Amino acid sequence: MKLQTATRLGLYAVLELARDPERTLSSADLAERYGVSSHHLAKVLRTLSAAGLVRGGRGASGGYRFTGNRRRTTLMDIVALFEPAPGSRGKEPGEETEIGGALQRVLTEVDEIAEATLRSISLATLLKKH
Amino acid sequence: MAISALDARLTGAAKPDYWHEMLAPGRHFLVAESANGALAGFVAGEIRAWEFGQPPAGWVFAIQIDPEVRLKGVGSQLFEALVARFKAEGVTRVRTLVDRKDHLILSFFRAQGMVAGPSLQLDKDLS
Repeated sequence: MKLQTATRLGLYAVLELARDPERTLSSADLAERYGVSSHHLAKVLRTLSAAGLVRGGRGASGGYRFTGNRRRTTLMDIVALFEPAPGSRGKEPGEETEIGGALQRVLTEVDEIAEATLRSISLATLLKKH
Repeated sequence: MAISALDARLTGAAKPDYWHEMLAPGRHFLVAESANGALAGFVAGEIRAWEFGQPPAGWVFAIQIDPEVRLKGVGSQLFEALVARFKAEGVTRVRTLVDRKDHLILSFFRAQGMVAGPSLQLDKDLS
Protein backbone atom coordinates (compact mmCIF):
# COMPACT_ATOMS: atom_id res chain seq x y z
CA MET A 1 0.00 0.00 0.00
CA LYS A 2 1.36 3.40 -1.02
CA LEU A 3 0.43 6.44 1.07
CA GLN A 4 0.83 10.01 -0.16
CA THR A 5 3.74 11.88 1.43
CA ALA A 6 1.38 14.17 3.37
CA THR A 7 -0.40 11.13 4.86
CA ARG A 8 2.84 9.55 6.02
CA LEU A 9 4.01 12.86 7.53
CA GLY A 10 0.63 13.27 9.24
CA LEU A 11 0.91 9.80 10.79
CA TYR A 12 4.52 10.43 11.92
CA ALA A 13 3.57 13.78 13.50
CA VAL A 14 0.42 12.62 15.29
CA LEU A 15 2.00 9.41 16.59
CA GLU A 16 5.19 11.13 17.74
CA LEU A 17 3.22 13.84 19.57
CA ALA A 18 0.70 11.31 20.98
CA ARG A 19 3.57 9.36 22.52
CA ASP A 20 3.76 12.07 25.18
CA PRO A 21 0.84 14.54 25.17
CA GLU A 22 2.67 16.80 27.67
CA ARG A 23 5.54 17.42 25.28
CA THR A 24 5.67 20.11 22.58
CA LEU A 25 7.69 19.70 19.39
CA SER A 26 8.08 22.16 16.50
CA SER A 27 7.74 21.11 12.89
CA ALA A 28 11.55 21.50 12.64
CA ASP A 29 12.02 19.05 15.58
CA LEU A 30 9.69 16.54 13.96
CA ALA A 31 11.25 17.02 10.51
CA GLU A 32 14.72 16.33 11.89
CA ARG A 33 13.60 13.24 13.79
CA TYR A 34 12.02 11.64 10.70
CA GLY A 35 14.36 13.06 8.05
CA VAL A 36 11.56 14.80 6.15
CA SER A 37 10.85 18.30 4.77
CA SER A 38 10.09 20.83 7.54
CA HIS A 39 8.16 23.01 5.09
CA HIS A 40 5.89 20.14 4.03
CA LEU A 41 5.46 19.05 7.64
CA ALA A 42 4.41 22.58 8.70
CA LYS A 43 1.56 22.41 6.17
CA VAL A 44 0.55 18.94 7.37
CA LEU A 45 0.53 20.17 11.00
CA ARG A 46 -1.89 22.95 10.05
CA THR A 47 -4.30 20.32 8.67
CA LEU A 48 -3.94 18.25 11.86
CA SER A 49 -4.51 21.39 13.93
CA ALA A 50 -7.69 22.25 12.02
CA ALA A 51 -8.90 18.68 12.73
CA GLY A 52 -8.32 19.26 16.46
CA LEU A 53 -5.67 16.56 16.79
CA VAL A 54 -2.79 18.92 17.65
CA ARG A 55 -2.56 22.46 18.96
CA GLY A 56 0.09 25.19 18.90
CA GLY A 57 2.65 26.28 16.38
CA ARG A 58 2.81 30.09 16.69
CA GLY A 59 5.78 31.33 14.67
CA ALA A 60 8.60 29.31 13.14
CA SER A 61 9.78 27.82 16.44
CA GLY A 62 6.29 27.30 17.89
CA GLY A 63 5.76 23.87 19.35
CA TYR A 64 2.84 21.53 18.76
CA ARG A 65 1.32 19.10 21.22
CA PHE A 66 -1.22 16.32 20.90
CA THR A 67 -4.80 17.26 21.86
CA GLY A 68 -6.74 14.26 20.53
CA ASN A 69 -7.86 11.05 22.21
CA ARG A 70 -5.27 8.28 21.84
CA ARG A 71 -7.77 5.46 22.37
CA ARG A 72 -10.48 6.88 20.12
CA THR A 73 -8.39 8.16 17.21
CA THR A 74 -7.54 5.51 14.64
CA LEU A 75 -4.96 5.45 11.86
CA MET A 76 -7.87 5.78 9.41
CA ASP A 77 -8.86 9.12 10.98
CA ILE A 78 -5.43 10.52 10.03
CA VAL A 79 -5.33 8.83 6.60
CA ALA A 80 -8.81 10.22 5.77
CA LEU A 81 -7.53 13.79 6.30
CA PHE A 82 -5.01 13.46 3.48
CA GLU A 83 -6.17 10.71 1.12
CA PRO A 84 -9.29 11.04 -1.09
CA ALA A 85 -12.31 9.16 0.33
CA PRO A 86 -12.80 5.79 -1.43
CA GLY A 87 -16.33 6.74 -2.54
CA SER A 88 -15.37 10.17 -3.90
CA ARG A 89 -13.14 8.79 -6.65
CA GLY A 90 -14.27 9.45 -10.22
CA LYS A 91 -14.77 6.62 -12.69
CA GLU A 92 -11.61 5.51 -14.49
CA PRO A 93 -11.67 5.05 -18.28
CA GLY A 94 -12.68 1.48 -19.15
CA GLU A 95 -14.41 0.84 -15.85
CA GLU A 96 -17.78 0.37 -17.60
CA THR A 97 -16.52 -2.67 -19.53
CA GLU A 98 -16.96 -6.24 -18.27
CA ILE A 99 -13.25 -6.65 -17.51
CA GLY A 100 -13.02 -3.13 -16.08
CA GLY A 101 -15.92 -3.87 -13.74
CA ALA A 102 -14.47 -7.22 -12.61
CA LEU A 103 -11.10 -5.56 -11.98
CA GLN A 104 -12.79 -2.78 -10.03
CA ARG A 105 -14.50 -5.33 -7.74
CA VAL A 106 -11.09 -6.80 -6.86
CA LEU A 107 -9.64 -3.34 -6.16
CA THR A 108 -12.66 -2.42 -4.03
CA GLU A 109 -12.13 -5.63 -2.01
CA VAL A 110 -8.50 -4.62 -1.38
CA ASP A 111 -9.61 -1.09 -0.33
CA GLU A 112 -12.22 -2.46 2.08
CA ILE A 113 -9.70 -4.71 3.82
CA ALA A 114 -7.17 -1.85 4.01
CA GLU A 115 -9.76 0.49 5.48
CA ALA A 116 -10.95 -2.08 8.04
CA THR A 117 -7.33 -2.59 9.12
CA LEU A 118 -6.54 1.13 9.46
CA ARG A 119 -9.82 1.73 11.29
CA SER A 120 -9.14 -1.05 13.79
CA ILE A 121 -5.80 0.34 15.00
CA SER A 122 -6.01 3.21 17.50
CA LEU A 123 -3.04 5.47 18.19
CA ALA A 124 -2.80 3.84 21.64
CA THR A 125 -2.67 0.36 20.08
CA LEU A 126 0.02 1.34 17.59
CA LEU A 127 2.14 2.98 20.28
CA LYS A 128 1.81 0.00 22.64
CA LYS A 129 4.87 -2.23 22.79
CA HIS A 130 3.78 -5.86 22.83
CA MET B 1 -29.35 -18.75 30.62
CA ALA B 2 -27.83 -15.40 31.61
CA ILE B 3 -25.17 -15.82 28.91
CA SER B 4 -27.71 -16.59 26.19
CA ALA B 5 -29.82 -13.64 27.35
CA LEU B 6 -26.88 -11.18 27.34
CA ASP B 7 -25.87 -12.32 23.84
CA ALA B 8 -29.45 -12.10 22.55
CA ARG B 9 -29.75 -8.59 23.97
CA LEU B 10 -26.50 -7.44 22.30
CA THR B 11 -26.79 -9.23 18.96
CA GLY B 12 -30.57 -9.29 18.53
CA ALA B 13 -30.52 -13.02 17.76
CA ALA B 14 -31.38 -15.68 20.36
CA LYS B 15 -29.37 -18.90 19.94
CA PRO B 16 -29.71 -20.99 23.14
CA ASP B 17 -28.69 -24.29 21.47
CA TYR B 18 -25.41 -22.77 20.27
CA TRP B 19 -24.56 -21.54 23.77
CA HIS B 20 -25.52 -24.88 25.33
CA GLU B 21 -23.06 -26.60 22.99
CA MET B 22 -20.35 -24.07 23.95
CA LEU B 23 -20.42 -25.44 27.49
CA ALA B 24 -19.21 -28.87 26.31
CA PRO B 25 -16.20 -30.39 28.12
CA GLY B 26 -12.86 -29.40 26.56
CA ARG B 27 -14.11 -25.92 25.78
CA HIS B 28 -13.20 -22.93 27.87
CA PHE B 29 -15.99 -20.73 29.02
CA LEU B 30 -15.09 -17.93 31.41
CA VAL B 31 -17.47 -15.40 32.88
CA ALA B 32 -16.92 -12.07 34.63
CA GLU B 33 -19.23 -10.97 37.39
CA SER B 34 -19.90 -7.47 38.65
CA ALA B 35 -19.67 -6.65 42.38
CA ASN B 36 -23.33 -7.59 42.93
CA GLY B 37 -22.88 -10.98 41.24
CA ALA B 38 -24.58 -10.06 37.95
CA LEU B 39 -23.10 -11.30 34.68
CA ALA B 40 -20.71 -8.62 33.34
CA GLY B 41 -19.36 -10.55 30.38
CA PHE B 42 -18.03 -13.83 29.05
CA VAL B 43 -15.48 -15.32 26.72
CA ALA B 44 -15.58 -18.71 25.01
CA GLY B 45 -12.77 -20.55 23.29
CA GLU B 46 -11.18 -23.90 22.47
CA ILE B 47 -7.92 -25.33 21.23
CA ARG B 48 -8.27 -26.70 17.72
CA ALA B 49 -5.60 -28.51 15.74
CA TRP B 50 -5.10 -28.86 11.99
CA GLU B 51 -8.30 -27.14 11.01
CA PHE B 52 -7.75 -25.61 7.58
CA GLY B 53 -4.24 -27.09 7.71
CA GLN B 54 -3.16 -24.90 10.62
CA PRO B 55 -1.14 -26.23 13.60
CA PRO B 56 -2.83 -26.18 17.06
CA ALA B 57 -4.05 -22.76 18.18
CA GLY B 58 -6.42 -21.39 20.78
CA TRP B 59 -9.59 -20.07 19.13
CA VAL B 60 -11.66 -17.30 20.65
CA PHE B 61 -15.23 -18.04 19.55
CA ALA B 62 -17.08 -15.31 21.36
CA ILE B 63 -16.59 -12.42 23.72
CA GLN B 64 -19.38 -10.20 25.01
CA ILE B 65 -19.30 -7.52 27.65
CA ASP B 66 -22.36 -5.82 29.13
CA PRO B 67 -22.34 -2.26 27.65
CA GLU B 68 -22.85 -0.86 31.17
CA VAL B 69 -19.42 -2.09 32.30
CA ARG B 70 -17.41 -1.51 29.12
CA LEU B 71 -14.13 0.48 29.06
CA LYS B 72 -13.21 -0.88 32.49
CA GLY B 73 -10.86 -3.59 31.31
CA VAL B 74 -13.32 -6.50 31.79
CA GLY B 75 -12.83 -7.67 28.19
CA SER B 76 -9.04 -7.50 28.46
CA GLN B 77 -9.12 -9.50 31.70
CA LEU B 78 -11.35 -12.18 30.18
CA PHE B 79 -9.12 -12.35 27.09
CA GLU B 80 -5.97 -12.64 29.22
CA ALA B 81 -7.52 -15.34 31.40
CA LEU B 82 -8.46 -17.38 28.31
CA VAL B 83 -4.97 -16.89 26.82
CA ALA B 84 -3.43 -18.10 30.13
CA ARG B 85 -5.48 -21.31 29.83
CA PHE B 86 -4.39 -21.81 26.23
CA LYS B 87 -0.75 -21.32 27.22
CA ALA B 88 -1.12 -23.80 30.09
CA GLU B 89 -2.31 -26.34 27.52
CA GLY B 90 0.81 -25.73 25.43
CA VAL B 91 -0.36 -23.69 22.44
CA THR B 92 1.59 -20.63 21.31
CA ARG B 93 -1.02 -18.88 19.15
CA VAL B 94 -4.44 -17.41 19.75
CA ARG B 95 -6.81 -16.82 16.86
CA THR B 96 -10.26 -15.47 16.09
CA LEU B 97 -12.51 -14.46 13.19
CA VAL B 98 -14.07 -11.00 13.12
CA ASP B 99 -16.59 -9.22 10.92
CA ARG B 100 -14.43 -6.64 9.14
CA LYS B 101 -17.20 -4.03 9.41
CA ASP B 102 -17.37 -4.45 13.22
CA HIS B 103 -14.80 -1.78 14.14
CA LEU B 104 -15.46 -2.07 17.87
CA ILE B 105 -14.52 -5.72 18.20
CA LEU B 106 -11.70 -5.41 15.63
CA SER B 107 -10.21 -2.56 17.67
CA PHE B 108 -10.56 -4.62 20.85
CA PHE B 109 -8.57 -7.56 19.44
CA ARG B 110 -5.98 -5.19 17.92
CA ALA B 111 -5.54 -3.58 21.33
CA GLN B 112 -4.77 -7.07 22.69
CA GLY B 113 -1.86 -7.20 20.23
CA MET B 114 -3.55 -9.38 17.59
CA VAL B 115 -2.60 -8.84 13.94
CA ALA B 116 -3.74 -10.33 10.60
CA GLY B 117 -3.13 -14.08 10.65
CA PRO B 118 -1.90 -16.44 7.94
CA SER B 119 -5.39 -17.30 6.59
CA LEU B 120 -7.77 -15.33 4.42
CA GLN B 121 -11.45 -16.16 4.83
CA LEU B 122 -13.36 -16.51 1.54
CA ASP B 123 -17.11 -16.66 0.87
CA LYS B 124 -19.38 -17.31 -2.12
CA ASP B 125 -23.01 -16.30 -2.42
CA LEU B 126 -25.04 -19.43 -3.31
CA SER B 127 -28.46 -17.85 -3.74
